[in-house]
Amino acid sequence: MTAAALDHDSAHMHGGHHTSLPIDNRKLAIWTFIGSECLFFASLITTFVIYREQHPHGPGPKEVFEVPLVTAGTAVLLFSSFFVVMALNGAQEGNRKKLLTWLSLTVLCGCFFVGMQVYEFTGFMHKGMGYTTNLFASSFFTLTGFHGTHVAVGTLWLATLLKDAWKGRIPPQKALNLEIAALYWHFVDVVWIIIFPVVYLMSLGR
Amino acid sequence: MATTVLEPAHVSSYSKRNVLVEWLTTVDHKKVGILYGASAFVFFLIGGLEAEVIRLQLMKADNHLVSPEFYNQLFTMHGTTMIFLAIMPISAMFFNFFVPLLIGARDVAFPRLNAMSLWVFILGGLFLNVSLLLGSAPNGGWFGYAPLSSRQYAPGLNMDFWMFGLQILGIASLAAGVNFFTTILNMRAPGMTLMRMPMFVWSVLVTQMLVLLSFPVITVALILLTADRIFGASFFSYALPGGVTGGDPMLWQHLFWVFGHPEVYILILPAFGIISEILPVFSRKPLFGYSAMVFSMAFIAFLGFGVWSHHMFATGMGPLADSFFSLMTMLIAIPTGVKIFNWIGTIWGGSLQLKTPFYFSVGFIAMFIIGGLSGVMHAVAPADLQQTDTYFVVAHFHYVMFGGSIFALTAGAYYWWPKMFGRLLDEGLGKLHFWLMLIGFNLTFFPMHFAGLLGMPRRVYTYPSGLGFDGYNLASTVGAWILGFSFLVFLYNVIKTWRSDVHAPADPWGGATLEWSIPSPPPEWNFEVEPVVDEKDVLWAMKRRAGVHRLPEPKAGNGAGIHMPSPSWWPLITAVGILTFLVGMMFKPMWAFPFGPVSLAGLLLTAISIFKWSYQPVDHATSH
Repeated sequence: MTAAALDHDSAHMHGGHHTSLPIDNRKLAIWTFIGSECLFFASLITTFVIYREQHPHGPGPKEVFEVPLVTAGTAVLLFSSFFVVMALNGAQEGNRKKLLTWLSLTVLCGCFFVGMQVYEFTGFMHKGMGYTTNLFASSFFTLTGFHGTHVAVGTLWLATLLKDAWKGRIPPQKALNLEIAALYWHFVDVVWIIIFPVVYLMSLGR
Repeated sequence: MATTVLEPAHVSSYSKRNVLVEWLTTVDHKKVGILYGASAFVFFLIGGLEAEVIRLQLMKADNHLVSPEFYNQLFTMHGTTMIFLAIMPISAMFFNFFVPLLIGARDVAFPRLNAMSLWVFILGGLFLNVSLLLGSAPNGGWFGYAPLSSRQYAPGLNMDFWMFGLQILGIASLAAGVNFFTTILNMRAPGMTLMRMPMFVWSVLVTQMLVLLSFPVITVALILLTADRIFGASFFSYALPGGVTGGDPMLWQHLFWVFGHPEVYILILPAFGIISEILPVFSRKPLFGYSAMVFSMAFIAFLGFGVWSHHMFATGMGPLADSFFSLMTMLIAIPTGVKIFNWIGTIWGGSLQLKTPFYFSVGFIAMFIIGGLSGVMHAVAPADLQQTDTYFVVAHFHYVMFGGSIFALTAGAYYWWPKMFGRLLDEGLGKLHFWLMLIGFNLTFFPMHFAGLLGMPRRVYTYPSGLGFDGYNLASTVGAWILGFSFLVFLYNVIKTWRSDVHAPADPWGGATLEWSIPSPPPEWNFEVEPVVDEKDVLWAMKRRAGVHRLPEPKAGNGAGIHMPSPSWWPLITAVGILTFLVGMMFKPMWAFPFGPVSLAGLLLTAISIFKWSYQPVDHATSH
């Protein structure tokens, strides 16, 4: 058997089991989960769009949104997607230094984004916009809060993988452990790419 | 490899454990399936009992057996129970037990996730039913329409039970959805291409797609409702005591039915799959029009996402929306008709084996046609305005949910019972069950068409005499008790055959699919040797090549050297954590935002157990 054929075969094996499609079970499952999550965020985004002009009491988007801050957060999140790809590349090559460096940066980006959101939300509170002040506030906090929760979960997930990597538990044949976390991370990123213009930019333009 | 004669690890590990621990930690898809079925059957009996009390209350005019308040709880719990705690999990029993067997796999893709789905479901079901004991069961209908579900108009714990109960059950469904979607696409035996899969497996695949795409929407709807009820938001209330908020109750209806209509296909498509397995075997003919069956099912599922507003014609959406949703709804009749004609085509000219599963299957076709026809009547918006909220609608959905789903699930129970438990159910009692169920069912629900067209409203605890409702209601009540009695016959059948010493052979019906090639009940590892599939109806093909009607009885092996997933406590502990997290929100102190101490403890428990779970080895060290 040639090396290429061996590689091909190993791609079909998972835990000693044959898989029908040339994709690992866990990778297929995370894609399936992501497909399902699309409907989750679609429902939340729709709710926000329906209610974004409902602010009879308290401040509206123009009074509270700080676009420069959020733009910085967006940039950090986008870069983290690139970083995690580099980390995965390091894991696949068995390059420990590359893996640890880029994965640490990814986790840092995740922390920065969550911190940015906490700072942003605190600022909104000071401007008189609580969770129940008006429907714009409720739907904004619900949508971005659930996105932020996803980022936090992803950061925690990547942090445990960073610990594993530190202990040398992510050799090239286990790079998939990082790959499925990275897929989830990219998805969370893509959702933000929709949220940023729809929630921040389009609300200000009106 | 020299040590393959050693006892496999799982046998020795089980013998050390007691039976309770074995079942609480099991990750075997067959045991998980049996637990799904057993718990769902208990919930089914509770839901059935609720229906019997409803029927006693409506037996005569101006009756006061139960209070209006308790009546509201009864019909809400009956609907919620039958949909989420009976039909869905009984279907899940068949998914769990038979999907791996039918595709030639040793387990599902994620056995521990599967066990977690089971425990989340059982805990969620118990949680919902605890509300009955506390006297504050959900009382706003299974659809929980705002503002009947808002804190302002439903101040008690009742709708909190409903809201969190459904949220918990949704987690179980979503996890199972990911699991079975992956299992079917990725765990098929060599040669089992998609278009060689048994039709039941196709129905599960399509059903899981519906679950994956519709449950996130109800999740969001319930999150928004939680925001309203627990955190004081106003997503579904136009005004709160503090003033106008601009919230829209219609948003709830849209979100609910975007989930709710696919949900009815989640309830009926597995039934289609079961019938498509049974009819060929008892007609001794392959399924007529296999690929048309696959594509019509996929088409039904696709259209199922574009018809939700036919539940909302009475809300006044305007002529354009009404016309669109009318047309889409009528369109669904076409693929459904294709399926019905193909079932009839399967029976046509077959060498019919008139056994109990076949009786129930034919009963299914007849009852489902009646339910389908009244369904198309609802598609006509002007007519629907007359029918909305009357007993005509109740008659319609019971013809599809009971006459459809329950008839098919019962057919599946008789068909697969010998494989699951190694006992054949008694034919005489089975046919008695069938006739009692058919007569009782029609006596209960057919008169409701007339009562409904006369204007009898749903969800009202009593009615005055002299409106022409009396006779129809009495008939329905008598029918409901015959229907209830028919399930006692089933229970008697189970107990009687359980006690007998007659063991079922591997292939009692002359089956076409892989589950009949292994012993009844199957060993933990299912297949001694991974099967290879080279055409549809693979077992018939094997028999044809061997020139026999029955293959020789398979020998029980010892499964040496086969990797099997290890039992684990973490799925159960994770389920307890999830339950604690969500239930804790019901008892959140005012000062805590967003979570109180109970929820935080639940969250912590969930996080820890998921962490422990991911570092636990997946399967046994075996003998090589």
